[in-house]
Amino acid sequence: MKAPLVETRNLKKYFETARGLLHAVDDVDIRIAEGETLGVVGESGCGKSTFGRLLLRLIEPTGGEVLFKGRNILECNRREMRDLRREVQIIFQDPFSSLNPRMTVSEIIAEPIKVTGTLSKRNEILDRVFELMGIVGLAERFVNTFPHELDGGRRQRIGIARALAVNPQFIVCDEPVSALDVSIQAQILNLMMDLQDDMGLTYLFITHDLSVVKHISDHIAVMYLGQCVELAETDELFNHPCHPYTKALLDAIPVASLKNRKEIKIIKGEVSSPINPRPGCRFAPRCAHMMADCSVLSPTLKEIGPGHLVSCLLYS
Amino acid sequence: MAEKLLEIRDLHVTYRTDDDVIYALNGVNLSVEAGKTIGLVGETGAGKTTTALSILRLLPDRVGFVRQGEIVLEGQNLLDLAEADMRMIRGNDVSMIFQDPMTSLNPIHTVGDQIGEVIKLHNPDFRESEIDARVDEMMEMVGIPAERKVEYPHQFSGGMKQRIVIAIALACSPKLLLADEPTTALDVTIQAQVLRMMGELKEKFNTAMILITHDLGVVAQICDWVAIMYAGEVIEIGTVEDIFEGDRHHPYTVGLFGSIPDMTKKTKRLNPIEGLMPDPTALPRGCRFMERCPHKMQRCVEIVPEISEKGTHQIKCHLFSPLWGESTPSARIWETGGKRR
Repeated sequence: MKAPLVETRNLKKYFETARGLLHAVDDVDIRIAEGETLGVVGESGCGKSTFGRLLLRLIEPTGGEVLFKGRNILECNRREMRDLRREVQIIFQDPFSSLNPRMTVSEIIAEPIKVTGTLSKRNEILDRVFELMGIVGLAERFVNTFPHELDGGRRQRIGIARALAVNPQFIVCDEPVSALDVSIQAQILNLMMDLQDDMGLTYLFITHDLSVVKHISDHIAVMYLGQCVELAETDELFNHPCHPYTKALLDAIPVASLKNRKEIKIIKGEVSSPINPRPGCRFAPRCAHMMADCSVLSPTLKEIGPGHLVSCLLYS
Repeated sequence: MAEKLLEIRDLHVTYRTDDDVIYALNGVNLSVEAGKTIGLVGETGAGKTTTALSILRLLPDRVGFVRQGEIVLEGQNLLDLAEADMRMIRGNDVSMIFQDPMTSLNPIHTVGDQIGEVIKLHNPDFRESEIDARVDEMMEMVGIPAERKVEYPHQFSGGMKQRIVIAIALACSPKLLLADEPTTALDVTIQAQVLRMMGELKEKFNTAMILITHDLGVVAQICDWVAIMYAGEVIEIGTVEDIFEGDRHHPYTVGLFGSIPDMTKKTKRLNPIEGLMPDPTALPRGCRFMERCPHKMQRCVEIVPEISEKGTHQIKCHLFSPLWGESTPSARIWETGGKRR
């Protein structure tokens, strides 16, 4: 395996709430090699967005390490952090609320360039803005429009252009296509994959849509209640899902074909509360294979095949 | 063919704003058989929700207008009814599940009261105890213990709230249920639970359903019929077999299927439809899909395509009018040199 560009070790984030500690991210270890895409899937509230933000240090972790090119970014001071932001960027889910409504397209795309000081002359910056707009497929006539004048797909292209403005190596994509219609979603996914090929970008791709994550990712991490329960190469995960939750998740997706018009298998219950979770496996209350030990012993990620890690007592 | 429960004929709806007139529906034809589910598929702005709101006559007051057409429920044109009669139909014969369960429940009434309200309204001679019993029955039916009926919406999770909304919609055993993206706001494991429950209840009450969605996966799993909408028109309609397994499709349908990543095989690139939906205030003269269509021809620019029919399958596209044998009106126009009627 190539040396990882991004790595986390025992990364934790607990939020204090009135009712106790909310375990948003609990001991997650992942590695992303340069030029690859790691997909993070899970249901709402499983901590996938928090995890993405921790990687960029947009929120401070409670514990653990985030290594970027082998350096622990949690030890960087403000100045070092600002330099680092040129290399790591984020694309947000909602292209309606992540763009400042009072800034024009060119101001939005130019802002990271100005903040990081990569370019200083006005015409240089404007040239770069036009270049970026060309890269993401935005016509030049939109340069002075405001976000509200554009549709969702074009707005998401602005978000992508803004992330690319400082030539980053690593981009956290937090549900970048969830708010878009399918035909527009496909255009944006194609664009992101082309950009990765052209610029050698590394992505952390957060989504709840398994068909999207299968399409774009090299590796996939499945999260449940703040923990990574299964990590494997994309094909391996879809062909041999091991964790009962992964299996349930795959079974629950409606497939757009009549051949598989199957009796959808259903897991019972709902995600339990992440506040002060009980010891043992967090999926146990919904699991079809629950054993006596599951509510006592906390499973950890174990390698069951090359590069295939599962956190379940069935496999230990 | 089974009896038609609902028939929509040539429905035109516009929204009037200060600056523009928005042409939301432009001649929608649709029919629903008793007990069957039809999926209404399309992207944002295709007119799916407008169609549902028109059936219930819930278009926004003084903004949305039905310009033309008929909506016939069991032989009765809903558009001719007085408001008081319409009120007796809503929730009783036809009811609706809205997209967002978080905002469609009243936060200051208990869920039991909200289910009871619709029962009381449509069965004025019911005694308190009868209503109570029916509420309990509905709660159990959607899988929530009846003792939770005294709780408020905020005490339930998203999936549970959607179950309550479904209980309200089904409380009077309607003949037709309009479900506007009922599972879009839910996670996939919860979506699977809700879809299965809706399927079971539909069977039990023999309710027909119009399921509005943009998820072709959901359609393939639970619908009997599918209508694909684009820019305020039904551009293709047929049984699920016609749509998912037939070999002739409207170019837009082809594009829609090309846009979803296929779970069964590995594709390097998706094949999306280029471009965007046309501006609903200034629709093109001929085919509405023309500007994004890879098979655009001269007549697409000038002539609105007619519906070509083969068995249960209908497609509104010039590509098919001559190919499907019958001399359709549009084919005749083409032969006589593209003159408009």
